[in-house]
Amino acid sequence: MADLTTNFIGITSPNPFWLASAPPTDKEYNVRRAFEAGWGGVVWKTLGAEGPPVVNVNGPRYGAIYGADRRLLGLNNIELITDRDLYTNLEEIKRVKADYPDRAIIASIMVPCEEGAWKAILPLVEDTGADGIELNFGCPHGMSERGMGAAVGQVPEYIEMVTRWCKQYYSKPVIVKLTPNITDIRKPAAAAKRGGADAVSLINTINSITSVDLDTMSPEPSIDGKGSHGGYCGPAVKPIAMSMVSEIARDPETQGMPISGIGGVTTWRDAAEFMTLGCGNVQVCTAAMTYGFKIVQEMISGLSDWMDSKGHTSIQDFCGAAVPNVTDWQYLNLNYVAKAKINQDLCISCGRCFAACEDTSHQAIAMSEDRTFTVIDDECVACNLCVNVCPVEACITMEAMTPGTTDPRTGRVVEPDYANWTTHPNNPAASAAE
Amino acid sequence: MGSDVFQPGIVAGRLDPESYADHFSDLHPRLDPHEALVAADRCYFCHDAPCITACPTDIDIPLFIRQIATGTPDAAAKTILSQNIMGGMCARVCPTETLCEEVCVREVAEGKPVLIGQLQRYATDHLQEQGIHPFSRAAVTGKTVAVVGAGPAGLSCAHRLAMLGHDVVVMDAAAKPGGLNEFGIATYKTTDGFAQSEVEWLLKIGGITMQYGVALGDGVTLAQLRKDYDAVFLGMGLGGVNALDATGADKDGVRDAVDFIAELRQASDVASVPIGRDVVVIGGGMTAVDAAVQAKLLGALNVTLVYRRGRDRMNASVFEQDLAASKGVRIVTHAVPVEVHGNGAVREIEFEYVDDNMKGTGQVLRISADQVFMAIGQRLVDGDLPELAVNKIKVTGAGRTSVDGVWAGGDCASGGDDLTVTAVAEGRDAAMDIHAQLTGG
Repeated sequence: MADLTTNFIGITSPNPFWLASAPPTDKEYNVRRAFEAGWGGVVWKTLGAEGPPVVNVNGPRYGAIYGADRRLLGLNNIELITDRDLYTNLEEIKRVKADYPDRAIIASIMVPCEEGAWKAILPLVEDTGADGIELNFGCPHGMSERGMGAAVGQVPEYIEMVTRWCKQYYSKPVIVKLTPNITDIRKPAAAAKRGGADAVSLINTINSITSVDLDTMSPEPSIDGKGSHGGYCGPAVKPIAMSMVSEIARDPETQGMPISGIGGVTTWRDAAEFMTLGCGNVQVCTAAMTYGFKIVQEMISGLSDWMDSKGHTSIQDFCGAAVPNVTDWQYLNLNYVAKAKINQDLCISCGRCFAACEDTSHQAIAMSEDRTFTVIDDECVACNLCVNVCPVEACITMEAMTPGTTDPRTGRVVEPDYANWTTHPNNPAASAAE
Repeated sequence: MGSDVFQPGIVAGRLDPESYADHFSDLHPRLDPHEALVAADRCYFCHDAPCITACPTDIDIPLFIRQIATGTPDAAAKTILSQNIMGGMCARVCPTETLCEEVCVREVAEGKPVLIGQLQRYATDHLQEQGIHPFSRAAVTGKTVAVVGAGPAGLSCAHRLAMLGHDVVVMDAAAKPGGLNEFGIATYKTTDGFAQSEVEWLLKIGGITMQYGVALGDGVTLAQLRKDYDAVFLGMGLGGVNALDATGADKDGVRDAVDFIAELRQASDVASVPIGRDVVVIGGGMTAVDAAVQAKLLGALNVTLVYRRGRDRMNASVFEQDLAASKGVRIVTHAVPVEVHGNGAVREIEFEYVDDNMKGTGQVLRISADQVFMAIGQRLVDGDLPELAVNKIKVTGAGRTSVDGVWAGGDCASGGDDLTVTAVAEGRDAAMDIHAQLTGG
């Protein structure tokens, strides 16, 4: 069995699966249960400044998007940071860390954007023995209206400034958690790096309204007939999170910066994908909220089995392995030509590929009287839509054309050499190939 | 098991009340809303879906399932009923395993079709139990049409004609409507008086007058109907039954399966219907299975269904054959009845085994029987009818007979399977043809 031990910015944990700062990590009871279930670490639910804690709504805090059979695909949340007393949380962190020295405990913090506020809380956190802190610059609801959370995360200068304070007044690793509610994720990541952050974690939740009650005209979750945008998370946000992670992993200014991946991690496979895009570990929330803490057992066994099958002995073996393959569109090989191919033995003749191609794409699939569906190579642009809508796995595949053969759609011979848009004759800004 | 199950002869009350209630409850209880959503989610929304092609009434199945999946079962019901006004009954009695569900791509792929029949029932029940009739009549045309037979074909035809603005008079020989829906279908397939409530719901369209105790040759003649009405639709089904060609077939205890099924359907208490201890059913169609299964459910100890050919030739679907087997019915094939033995009442019935070409083998089989049900086919009661073809009313196109202004559909008409859904389709299509002719000039 592969060794899943993870060293992330000097913080070790028996596996790379951490629970994200969120409702599941709000108190000692939950965190102990998580550690007993096998989680490698937790990011404790965000602590606020000393004094009267925030209050939460007393109605629904979550809204949901469902797939078939009420499978939860997306969750949104309007819960604020911890609504428990700061000292209660600190004492609990200290106790749990003492009992689970091999697990990672990170304290998430959100206090006003004033040096004094950070200077006040950081020694208290340091005293707990927690392994590090995560700066919550991402929470998109409630706290952002008070100048914290995403309101800080959307201003790179604030990120840099606060990060600098944290590195000044706290001796252990500092992780900056980023909000996705921004146009270019590389800017706050670079700011965090300039401020001296040891790592970034992303994504926090996305502004969202999950649904509208068509009887009451209230957005969901509804509090007495009104709703506020909440933070969207769960499997539905994974593609957005992975794209943002990859941008940071490959940008010259931030590449190599440790990343803790967050956003819809539900299975071991999701976790592995985030790691190949440059994450040193992952944080999970919605999957645990949906199925309970036991899912970590599947994540551990799945990742371990996959690593064994690939000959990986440590997380480092594949961390970032997919980053070199993330590129800009302009560098994609325009000489690569593929055609869809339908495996007639697997085809169940549902005709969805035909409907999709005929109605919305390139009229490149023929349907016979006896419901045999075949690709018309003369029309197929290899868009992949038929593959995506086919309900049978591996029934339709994209087959690369061999160089030297002629593409019947364009009449051109498939070139063996790589050539992209930067040198394409149709590109007015094309430069000659070197 | 009560001791009454061992009592020989044809007796009522073989079982305790709970057993009767259990045995004659719904074969497929209605899906609850969550079950319906889960079942609906399995539909792939196929292009030009094979299930639509397989449905004799061409219901847009993927569309109605999507309407269920998106929380609009009443819209789903309207999609169904606009093609098949008896979609509720068809959802219960259609052999879906040989129609829509047989060709469902998920049956092909996984051996587990989308539960089309049960989803159809979910939608139609949802609408009909609210008393909603989603169709309204067009402006009255002043044309009147006579419909003979208040079964699926006749009522389907009548509803469509009424919807198109014609006035319709439906006549039936029985004292109440429904035809085989009311008299000819196994009790556990249509519980809680559904056949009657469906007719009541159907008649809400308006413009349809019902006349009972009237049949061709008994109260009316075809010539008179042609004179009194602008068009005539014949959908009286097959009123006769084929006789058993065996010595001693007239002994007590030998009766038609259709009569037994009707008696059971009409019984206010199924426990009051007497049944033999050793029952033999002769035939291989749906009627034979319905009779055999229900004999078993009534507490018969031994029920044997005897068919003259192989299982693959039985008109009863594989699902029906399996249902019979699961209820404890023994199925004997390749045997033809030779003689009914007994002194006054049947005690035993003798069969001869035959080969695939129906040639006698000389080998005989004797089965104890105190009751024998014949289910060897129904036939058209002849007389005062348009031209026949193979003992049915000859039709061309959308049910046109040899007589001008007279259409026919359902079991009495040539062509098509003798299925409820086929009868509904033929009634509907004849109505459209009648309408075209009446309004076309």
